[in-house]
Parts: sequence; C-alpha cells; structure tokens
Amino acid sequence: MNEKELLEIENIELQLLIEAIYLKYGYDFKNYTKSHLKRRILRRVKLDNLKTITQLTEKMLYDREVLKQILLDLSINVTEMFRFPKFFKDLREDVIPLLKTYPSINIWHAGCSTGEEVISMAILLKEEGLLNRVNIYATDINKKVLDIAKEGIYSIEDVKKWTKNYQEAGGKKSFSDYYVAKYDHAIFDQDLLKNVTFLEHNLVIDKSFIDANLVICRNVLIYFNKELQNQVLELFEESLIPGGMIGIGSKENLKFTSVNEKFESITATTKIYKKKIGC
Amino acid sequence: MKYKAIVIGTSAGGVEALKIVLKDIEPTIELPIIIVIHIKERTDGFSKIYEGLNRLTIKEAEDKEDIKNGVIYFAPSNYHLSIEDDYTFSLSVEEKVNYSRPSIDILFESAAEVYTDNLLGIILTGANSDGALGLEKIKKLGGECIVQDPKEAYFDIMPRSALKYISTCKLMSLNSINRYIKKLGGNNCE
Ligand SMILES: C[S@@+](CC[C@H](N)C(=O)[O-])C[C@H]1O[C@@H](n2cnc3c(N)ncnc32)[C@H](O)[C@@H]1O
Repeated sequence: MNEKELLEIENIELQLLIEAIYLKYGYDFKNYTKSHLKRRILRRVKLDNLKTITQLTEKMLYDREVLKQILLDLSINVTEMFRFPKFFKDLREDVIPLLKTYPSINIWHAGCSTGEEVISMAILLKEEGLLNRVNIYATDINKKVLDIAKEGIYSIEDVKKWTKNYQEAGGKKSFSDYYVAKYDHAIFDQDLLKNVTFLEHNLVIDKSFIDANLVICRNVLIYFNKELQNQVLELFEESLIPGGMIGIGSKENLKFTSVNEKFESITATTKIYKKKIGC
Repeated sequence: MKYKAIVIGTSAGGVEALKIVLKDIEPTIELPIIIVIHIKERTDGFSKIYEGLNRLTIKEAEDKEDIKNGVIYFAPSNYHLSIEDDYTFSLSVEEKVNYSRPSIDILFESAAEVYTDNLLGIILTGANSDGALGLEKIKKLGGECIVQDPKEAYFDIMPRSALKYISTCKLMSLNSINRYIKKLGGNNCE
C-alpha cells in the first residue's frame, strides 16, 4: 500500500474515532480543527504503543478511562497569569470605564482552563474598585481544570513571568500582595474568587445562561473549525447585552466569521470588540 | 513537478539566511511560501525585517485565514501553525514540540498531508533537529525536499538532522535555493 492510501485510511480512522466518541459518550468533536485532532490523537496512539487509531477507538469504546485520557489530550489547557499583558492593559483603559457605568456587571470567562485568567481579571477589577459589583462566571468543558481553578493555588515556578506580565499590564501594586507563598506554591487571596462561579459548560452544545456585559474567550476558538467558530460566536453575541463587549485571543479573529458585522473594534492592537447598539 | 506550496523551516541563523533565499522573488510565483522560524517573540513583526526584499506580500499567518498564492506567511511567535484540508491556517498553543513553538515539524507534517506531491519543503540553518520528521513526511507523501548544504550553513545541526531521515534530496547553497525558487516564478515547472 502506498503512503497516500495509508494517509486516506488514517483520516477515515480518525473520523470513525470522533464519531464513536460522540455516539458512545456524547462529546462532539466533529467541528474541532482537524489538524489539531489528528496531531493529538496520533500522539496518544504513539504514547500507548498502539499501531492504529482504530486500536485506540476499540479501547475507548470498552473503557471509559481511555475516553477520559482522550478528553485530556484534546483539551489544551496552557494558560498563565496576565497572559498577553497588553490585553489586560487595554481592558483597564478601554473596557473598565464603560463597565463602571453599570450598577451590576456580569463577566463570562469561557474556556477559563485552570483559572489564571480569572484571577488576573479579579485583580484588575479589585484595583479598579469594581470587584464587589461584578459576578464572574468561569466555564470550561473540562471538570479537572475547573477543580484546580476553584482552589486558586498554583505552582510558584512561573512567578517571575507572572510578575512581569502584571507590571506590563499596568498593575498598581506589587503582584506578591495577592498571594501567599508556601513551599513551592502560590496561594491566591480567596477574596479574589468570592464573586466567581465555576461551571462546567460545553460551548458546542450548551446554551447561553446569562446576560453578559463582557465575554472573555481567548485561545479556545483556534481549536474550532470555521463553522463551529461561527456557532460559538453567535452564542456569545446572543449572551451579550447591547453595547456588551467581547475579548478574544490575540491571534484570533472576528473578521473571517459570521458575526463580524455585529461588532466594532474598540482597541487598536488587542482583539476587544463591542456589540453594536441595535444588534 | 508542479508545486502548489513551499514550506520553509529554520532556526538559529535563519533571519539572515532567509534574506538571501527570499530575495527578488516575483509575485508571478503562483504559490504561497509558508515559513516557521524560531526566534524570540518580537513586536515589530516579520514584514518589517524583510521589507523591500521582494514584491510579495509578507504577513503573519492568521487563524482560519485562506492561504493565498503570491504571499509569504510567517508563523506567529509562540503559536504552532498548521494547514487544514480547506487550505486555511490554524493556530495552536499546545506544548512545545522539539523545544519549539512554533514547531517546523507541525507545519511540515500538516502541509504534507494537504499538498502531498505538490509540496516543496526546505530546511535551512539551525541549531536543533526540529523539521527532520516533517521533511521525512513530505518526502513520503511524494513532495520534494531541499536542505541547505550543511557545509555552508551557519548552524549545521538542523540540516544534518534532516538529512538523517531522508534518503534523497537536493543539497543546495542559499543562493541556489533562491535561484531555484525564482525560476518557479518565471515558469512553474521544474
Ligand atoms: C488554551 S486554554 C485557554 C485558557 C485561557 N482562556 C487563556 O487564554 O489563557 C483552552 C481551554 O478551552 C477549553 N475548551 C475546549 N473546548 C471547549 C468547549 N467545547 N467548551 C468549553 N471549553 C472548551 C479547554 O478545556 C481549555 O481549558
């Protein structure tokens, strides 16, 4: 058999696996970016010393633990405090003043992963005197990362990077004011999380559940194909009040999507948009 | 062979090497050139570095963007870049591969699957072995390979590692790679 035929078969096997996950367990990855799915699945096949994707499919169908492993493989949870500091600087300068005009504020962090982004937001809101007026809903498809997020305890090894990010984001105090260092961990001030609700929410199948003033969804859309990006962005659009805002990842775009017309950009270099009034 | 895309991977020494490889390519080259180079995050962007080098559009590849002919795309710092079946780009922030993000292997392997025997893969100077497996995959699926002559390369580890994985390829100097690509612009045949 030649390499092209093998490639064709591998692609069929991948589709069958994705279909089998859906039929057996209800997780729908059909519209995730294909190259991403394939890379992650082939990595698992190799790590488990299997020969083909089909062998993984078989194991997965009979063993829920294998499914759990696949879910972890497909979910990329890489995140950090004040990731892409300019984003938080722009939030502080261009978004916070608008939020201040509302008596109560709902913020939705979709795909919050282990919660560093939520803590960063809470710190920003605290420094701007808004924390008490805000309800934050932090959601992810992956229960495991939400459990970590709820604790607010992180390994301290990256603290230098976080501190630098915090400063670049225009932080007003010292980053170490917000955590206690114990052994090799940073334990964050629980006060920061008091208005945060952590929820399991799957952007592919679950519905809108709040009227949001601000949606933050960064580095999640890149794992979805165009069709699914449109679907999820429409969900956000529906959840936002008129004049509500959305922040997406620095390398993500509204411009190739179906909601492009409904939003206007409000920052020059970061991807923060405002829903047009009347939309 | 009629190419539909060129992918280039390089690391240490690559900024200068690309200045030679990309010089004076004409927009008549009817294919995209897609590049992964390992360099530290920078704000001024790649188009600045290569401004005026040729008349092609030079830009950072964006997520879900359609890949166009006559454009030179760079993988953004800190994101893996891959190519989808519908000739669009996608980005990812998953863990580093070969200590690198973007990884040359990830670009090359996904490009190989999409362009199969219409792909040209090029490995230039570099101080690690990223790209070797990717180049092997390009070759397997019928694509063509060029490796910068290790004797000439500023850092020879990357070209030498690539050569370990493939049995045949064109070994060229930077200037001859440049001539080879320019020729594709005049007449898109070998
Ligand atoms: C790379 S992390 C992004 C973390 C954070 N927003 C940031 O930018 O630093 C992507 C997160 O999206 C989540 N995710 C993937 N698919 C999802 C879905 N269908 N619904 C909700 N969350 C999803 C993953 O579990 C993962 O935690």
